[in-house]
Amino acid sequence: MAKVPGVGLLKGLKVTAVTGLKTMFPGGVPVPRPSKGAVTVQYPHEKEAPPDRARGVIALKEENCTVCMLCARACPDWCIYIEGHKVKAPPRRAGGKARSINMLDRFDIDYGLCMYCGICVEVCPFDALFWSPEYEYSEPRIADLLHDKERLGEWMETVPDFLPYEAGSDQKVRKVPR
Amino acid sequence: MTFALAYWQETAVKLAVILAVVPTASLVLVYLFLFKWVSFMQSRLGPMEAGPHGSLQLIAEAVKFLQKEDLMPGRADRHVFAAAPVVVLMSTFLLFVVIPAGPDLVVESLPTGIFYALAVSSLSTLGVLMAGWASANKYALLGGLRAAGQLIAYELPLVLAVVGVVVQAETLDIQGIVAAQADGAIFGWGGIGLPYVLTQFLGLLIFMVAAQAELTQAPFDMPIAESEIVGGFQVEYSGFRYLLFFMAEFGTAFAFSALGAVLFLGGWWFPGFDTDANALNVIGPAIMLGKVLILSFVIFWVRFTYPRLREDQLQQFAWKLLIPVALLNITVTGILKVAF
Amino acid sequence: MTAVEQRRRQAYVDAQASEARVTIELQTGDMTLNIGPQHPATHGTLRIAARLDGEQVVACEPIMGYMHRGYEKLAEVRTYPQVTTLINRIDWLGSFANEVPFILAAERLMEVEAPPRAQWIRTILFELSRIANISLFLGDMGVQVGALTPVFYAFRDRERVLNQIEAVTGGRFHPNFDRIGGLKDDLPKGWIDETRAVMATMRRFCDEMEELLMGSEIFEARCRGIGVIPAEVALSYGLSGANLRGSGIDWDLRRDANPGLAWDQIDWKVWTHPDGDSFARYWVRLQETREATYMVEKLCDGLPGGPIMAKVPRIIKVPAGESYVSTENPLGEMGYYVISQGDLGPFRVKIRTPSFNNISVVPWVMRGVYVPDVITILGSLYFILGDIDR
Repeated sequence: MAKVPGVGLLKGLKVTAVTGLKTMFPGGVPVPRPSKGAVTVQYPHEKEAPPDRARGVIALKEENCTVCMLCARACPDWCIYIEGHKVKAPPRRAGGKARSINMLDRFDIDYGLCMYCGICVEVCPFDALFWSPEYEYSEPRIADLLHDKERLGEWMETVPDFLPYEAGSDQKVRKVPR
Repeated sequence: MTFALAYWQETAVKLAVILAVVPTASLVLVYLFLFKWVSFMQSRLGPMEAGPHGSLQLIAEAVKFLQKEDLMPGRADRHVFAAAPVVVLMSTFLLFVVIPAGPDLVVESLPTGIFYALAVSSLSTLGVLMAGWASANKYALLGGLRAAGQLIAYELPLVLAVVGVVVQAETLDIQGIVAAQADGAIFGWGGIGLPYVLTQFLGLLIFMVAAQAELTQAPFDMPIAESEIVGGFQVEYSGFRYLLFFMAEFGTAFAFSALGAVLFLGGWWFPGFDTDANALNVIGPAIMLGKVLILSFVIFWVRFTYPRLREDQLQQFAWKLLIPVALLNITVTGILKVAF
Repeated sequence: MTAVEQRRRQAYVDAQASEARVTIELQTGDMTLNIGPQHPATHGTLRIAARLDGEQVVACEPIMGYMHRGYEKLAEVRTYPQVTTLINRIDWLGSFANEVPFILAAERLMEVEAPPRAQWIRTILFELSRIANISLFLGDMGVQVGALTPVFYAFRDRERVLNQIEAVTGGRFHPNFDRIGGLKDDLPKGWIDETRAVMATMRRFCDEMEELLMGSEIFEARCRGIGVIPAEVALSYGLSGANLRGSGIDWDLRRDANPGLAWDQIDWKVWTHPDGDSFARYWVRLQETREATYMVEKLCDGLPGGPIMAKVPRIIKVPAGESYVSTENPLGEMGYYVISQGDLGPFRVKIRTPSFNNISVVPWVMRGVYVPDVITILGSLYFILGDIDR
């Protein structure tokens, strides 16, 4: 396949020029509007919404947590700090034994250490941890990256509902407890 | 009403003009092409924050460079290291002396204008070598040595391409070359004069390729070679000294495009005007700017599209292809000039 | 000694000293140049100590370890899900592909097989990581030879692939999606149609790269005949992946040693090139990327229904034993040798990474090349430092 020398070079020029012109005149309109033609998003003036499943921040539903410590044990970085204490609760039926239940005192996640792997969310048997796609929580001080119970509870508002599955899937869509 | 200035006042005005024009020229080229056109070619927008659509970005960068620490490598040759960017910038300033923007808008109209311009443009080679050697850095040394070979090799096609124009215009004076294009005729029709791009197309091609190599732009940017020797001879320069190199690079790009516009596209002349009409003193700069932008656009378009040639490949390209073709161009021009 | 003799002797000594100074100061022998560890062309913190004669390399040696993170040691004190999270970060550009051999090795020890839907989705995500990884290479090779624009097109188009991976797994770069027995979750609705559109974009990107970079005469001049690795040398140094196929050897683990994923369920082709130079390796990777886009579409077409997780206990304890599984990762052959003693985590994991073997050929191939060619060859061998150093 004999090529004429120089044809490849001209084709290369064509590719870059076409891309440049497409960026300058999106949609073929001869008015230059590069802000619309460029593929970049001018953060922080415009923001792109991440997909629903994006692992942005972990939210805690405090009522569901039974202080089983499975998440703290599963974390590869050991960035979840949990403290709880037992209290005596009234028996389920009259005349039964008094039960002891766990009360959550402290549930902190250190986002300075967190690897965003999601093992804690997956491992929780009581649906207390959820992923939220929120990502704008950077702080000037590293110490402020330790989110306590209240802050983690606030993230629950940003947790989206679980998405429906593709055709052919056997999975049941779980519900986010609100 | 004419008013004559004393010689020293005239020189002061001329100096001020050049000192103002060179950074402004660099600024225009850098913003339009380096920031914006290159970004559009890469599907992005370039600087947008400093000023509307990033127009003040270069000023912001200049301020940033000025406020940096004046670093010098410990084992560097202090005086040579400091002098190198000044030498390169000096050749840019000297180039702007003969570039006309109108029939009377030229700092100094030398009768051997184009000869002077080509001679002075080769001074930058010395500055690059000084930078490469004095940086006491092996990467800089590699870059400086590559630059030496490349810049000297591509001087020849540059000069030979211009010789064709000079033969056709019968003068070395830049204003004379513009006038020759304005007064020329295409097969007897003098409507748009005779811009030498029509007869010296090969010359223009060789001139642009050699100019690309003289500016060490891709595909001839072995001396800088960002992904290999990380800046080559410029690698140890930061702050104000780097700003001098930067300004010199884009100022020289402007100057070479201006020379190309003058030699091949008719310079400040536009069809419909007399060659010494006073109106051209007003709109001449705009016309020159337009033609310069066309040629610089090509320089930057090519720069960001192509990979770079290896040092021995670009030497082969210069010696084995460009110079014989340029010589052929001169021969054919000479024969046709005498025949017609 | 008389005054005359003293002067004569001094003059003789001075002459000898000045000659010695000239020889030491000018040092017209070889020059040692360190390329890296901080260098834009070495894909990370790799150091190549090269001895140059002018611009030609006389000898060179790759020095690695600047990015060693101790993965094999870390794996000894982590559970299986935790190790899966860590090994995402070995080859960080095509990271789903890192998890697969490890999970397959653990599944072999547990004698558990993932259901077909899980295997097919694993294959889809594997090929998506391949596309994400290699498309970066296609643009990056341009940067190595000096073309600064193709890499922007690579990032722009591969962003769409990363968005697809994020839509399924939640993470663009570190999916952490493979589990022993299947996958963490199923595909969201509409994902397959989006992915088909993205594959069309990637094919357009491959065409663009062919026109802009591969067709450029300058690129050919820089890459043809540079860094030729003959087939026997490639085999003896243990190269793998496109480096082998670029030297003409028809070897692909997806076809020859399929560890259970869905590659044998679809029709696809292995691309080889006989030349063995940098251009051949680039060409092979471009064709592989295109082939991968077709493979993803075929896999999406034939995706079976069903569960995505086999019946495994909640707390996984892999029975004692040893197993080794290797797969055709984007960079080459990646394998995990897992030794288990019945615990929550592995006893020992040995990670066989492709880039570690790929750069072992560097001293051989760099003899007598110019400095610009060093960069071209390093680029065409395509390694990632996380892969070399672990």
